[in-house]
Amino acid sequence: MAECHPVGFQWVIEARNRGAKVIHVDPRFTRTSAMANEYVPLRAGTDIAFLGGLINYVLSNEKDFREYLIAYTNAPAILREEFADTEDLDGLFSGFDPETLSYDPETWAYEGAEAAPAAGRRSDIVGDSPPEHSGPDQYGSGGATIGAKPKVDPSLRHPRCVYQVLKRHFSRYTPELVEEVCGVPPEHFRRVAEAITENSGRERTTAFCYSVGWTQHTVGVQYIRTASILQALLGNIGRPGGGILALRGHASIQGSTDIPTLYNILPGYIPMPLAEHELDLDQFVQEDAGQTGFWGNMRAYLVSMLKAWWGAAAAEDNDFCFDYLPRLTGDHGTYQTVLNQISGECKGYFLVGENPAVGSANAKLQRLGMSNLDWLVVRDLQMIESATFWKDGPEIESGELRTEEIGTEVFFLPAAAHTEKEGAFTNTQRLLQWHHKAVEPPGEARSDLWFFYHLGRVIQRKLEGSSEPRDRPLRELVWDYPCEGEIREPSAEAVLAEINGRGPDGPLSMYTQLADDGSTSCGCWIYCGVYADGHNHAANRQPGSEQSWVAPGWAWAWPDNRRILYNRASADPAGRPWSERKRYIWWSDEQRRWVGADKPDFEPTKAPDYTPEPGAKAQDALAGDNPFIMQTDGRAWLFAPAGLLDGPLPTHYEPHESPVANPLYGQGQNPTRQVFDRKYNRYNPPDGVFPYVFTTYRLTEHHTAGGMSRDLPYLSELQPEFFCEVSPELATERELEHLGWATIVSARTAIEARVLVTDRIRPLRMRGRTVHQVGLPYHWGPNGLSTGDAANELLSVVLDPNVHIQEAKAATCDIVPGRRPRGESLQRYVDSYRRRAGIPEEADR
Amino acid sequence: MGIRRWIASWPVYRQLTGSDPLGRGAAAKSRGSRELSPRTHDADRVVRSICPYCAVGCGQQVYVSNGKVSQIEGDPDSPISRGRLCPKGAASKQLVTSPSRQQRVLYRKPYGTEWEELPLERAMEMIADRVIETRGRTWQEHDARGRRVNRTLGIASLGGATLDNEENYLMKKLYTALGAVQVENQARI
Repeated sequence: MAECHPVGFQWVIEARNRGAKVIHVDPRFTRTSAMANEYVPLRAGTDIAFLGGLINYVLSNEKDFREYLIAYTNAPAILREEFADTEDLDGLFSGFDPETLSYDPETWAYEGAEAAPAAGRRSDIVGDSPPEHSGPDQYGSGGATIGAKPKVDPSLRHPRCVYQVLKRHFSRYTPELVEEVCGVPPEHFRRVAEAITENSGRERTTAFCYSVGWTQHTVGVQYIRTASILQALLGNIGRPGGGILALRGHASIQGSTDIPTLYNILPGYIPMPLAEHELDLDQFVQEDAGQTGFWGNMRAYLVSMLKAWWGAAAAEDNDFCFDYLPRLTGDHGTYQTVLNQISGECKGYFLVGENPAVGSANAKLQRLGMSNLDWLVVRDLQMIESATFWKDGPEIESGELRTEEIGTEVFFLPAAAHTEKEGAFTNTQRLLQWHHKAVEPPGEARSDLWFFYHLGRVIQRKLEGSSEPRDRPLRELVWDYPCEGEIREPSAEAVLAEINGRGPDGPLSMYTQLADDGSTSCGCWIYCGVYADGHNHAANRQPGSEQSWVAPGWAWAWPDNRRILYNRASADPAGRPWSERKRYIWWSDEQRRWVGADKPDFEPTKAPDYTPEPGAKAQDALAGDNPFIMQTDGRAWLFAPAGLLDGPLPTHYEPHESPVANPLYGQGQNPTRQVFDRKYNRYNPPDGVFPYVFTTYRLTEHHTAGGMSRDLPYLSELQPEFFCEVSPELATERELEHLGWATIVSARTAIEARVLVTDRIRPLRMRGRTVHQVGLPYHWGPNGLSTGDAANELLSVVLDPNVHIQEAKAATCDIVPGRRPRGESLQRYVDSYRRRAGIPEEADR
Repeated sequence: MGIRRWIASWPVYRQLTGSDPLGRGAAAKSRGSRELSPRTHDADRVVRSICPYCAVGCGQQVYVSNGKVSQIEGDPDSPISRGRLCPKGAASKQLVTSPSRQQRVLYRKPYGTEWEELPLERAMEMIADRVIETRGRTWQEHDARGRRVNRTLGIASLGGATLDNEENYLMKKLYTALGAVQVENQARI
């Protein structure tokens, strides 16, 4: 956090100065470790075992927050008799089909709940390959649908209640197992376990911060699940100082998920419809809307979005143009798209401020995809590698591609910087913060708002007379934003107003006003209220020093300017603060409403003793002591009865490439991970040819694939070139010289880096064997002021099945002294490694 | 210069007689340093912005002189950052004023070996033509299994996560109307 979110880290230091204990768990010693009370090095890719150890410590010592657990989580829920755990099936859960390498989640449901939970229906397996299906990543603002509320045993003694199942599942995660898997000594582990449990309960809370070190794994979603279980057990969700905080790495990466440029969701986490089932609006809403909780209003959210997009054309009698939405038939994520580019199916590509030739796993695949397009549009500030691959990319150097043989037509359009346009970024705390325009963009540089608005306008003009049915969604699209100035810049505020939504009386102020009859329009329901009363609340700038510590007058948080989600849980079931010290939102008997420093993330006047009528729908079906209002049962899920493709509980699996076998089960890796074993994407086998673990990361002084940092003189001077971090022990073993060169090799390719021999990387002893790790910052490429090989050349494409994220944080390699071969000899060099490792020749497929 | 002023301009004299006996402040100030002023002083205006790097979302104050960005500072009012910026945020003036920033549209013909310049308006027309043509050629009313899909798999997009919400919104809206489903973002990666 100190490295990649330095200014956010000031608050960790503030907390430490007031007595908080800071624990840093990371394969590398970083600036964060330097400021922590406790630094815990562990093997990359083993955090589930570490967190699982903490869960086991909490459960076996009864350190859980029992009242919170019983009232607010699904710990008392009773599971079906048919459910079988990884403990029963040597690393698999019940429902696994070895043919399709996927789960039928039916047996994971609560006892008495309707069969076939929504997760099974949402996934849609296609093709002959392992499951490359559309997953549960739509649950960005709430859980999966389950058919009914669970039967519960508040005594937690029922052998099939979640609490008991959890206990049994994690009983094997002892301190000794943690040592064997993670390389963390038992006494070190115990210190962490004691610190966390002593600092949780009525009077105290513990927070977890994480970044892509937790998500870029074939079990990425389950990493976060493990942390969620631990925090729910300890009562650390929905309370001040608690939570699991994703430190997101880009200015508006949260916004890019909320208003997604992602294939599988529409704005506000409404899923894209699938071809298989969701033929009309009614069917779609029935499939996807939770019957209870706030997702029970999905029809209103979706109809309002369709009204914002197709305006008058969207009417009751044509399903509000629901049919205009294209349908999904599986995984259409970025890595699948690249494979489709190589196979020739995908022909045109827009890159908008993104540099996959450096920043995506297996960068060669990305360039091969782009080399096989009809046309490519690149919009960026600088001449990034993804714009120049055809001229000077690594494949041109190695002789694998020739410029004269690449048929891709390339348009490079210069982009406007953040100072040259206005708009909102959504930060990692869900705060929409408006940035104002300071100057005009230079030359032909334009904002992406300008580009897409005018592109749409030109396309609409060209299709004006078309009678093709497929052109109707374009011709009828509401696409009319006021333009300003000499360059005809569309008004970002007008777009924000559309996102916010309108009703018969003007701008809406709250998503509960949305209707499903077409009388309201709203581009993104969770952002409804950002433009309440026609005022741009994202531009609110009440100084921090002139308001409460919650700072509601600075910018605007979704939803409804609430700063801590699920904050109903900061009070006990009766609505009283758990403690004076941790009071945040509580029920006022005099005012008959929830009061406190923040807005309640709850219906403001729903009393703690509210009990739903039988058959109640949506939020009315949740009781006054159900804080998790986006969940169909209103509870935090220790056990996920639906929504995940790789199991209802997290289990430690080894990374796809690992030097060790899974000490827990015969099942070594996540059985449902997405594997693409093919030419240009070969995997390292677990033998001695690639004996070391490597992990990739960022530096303070550079930004992701370098497009916004490698052309800046200050930053390039601070971190002038690519390097690898190795321990003194590994340097001795491989004769690597500090400040000399090293070549790092995987089955994909070989890259070179300057050697940094440092104690910051420690060899880990795991019960009699030593594992060495290599650290690789991934910012570099051949262009810019500061250049070097890209670490992402080394990575393969292997993905988490739920969200299709790549395993970038743990893989294997070899490392040898000296620079890598150039030209054709590079291919021969890597071929020799492949042969030694028994990998098929590239020509085979 | 009178003799009194001449003597008063001598740092040792000011140090002995003034309020700065250690000679670390006013006594040691030369004319040169006295006449320096922060480069933010003569800015025509200050515009409120947000740092474009990580998602902490630090407040920025953008100083503008003669229509150009002259400095970018942290915004002390921000309850998030309290005026601080990290090395990247503090270097962001170089990001927006970089001399190597591309300012013209460039075009590479299929199989071409060099870039050529292309007027922006012409590029927009050509890109719109490519989109329409590729979409028409790859349009799927139904997929191979006969399911209605209404889409094209011929066009894809990958966006960075420094896009404004409003930009992402127009992108998703337009692409969806085009039937392009392979719309992705750094947020997946």
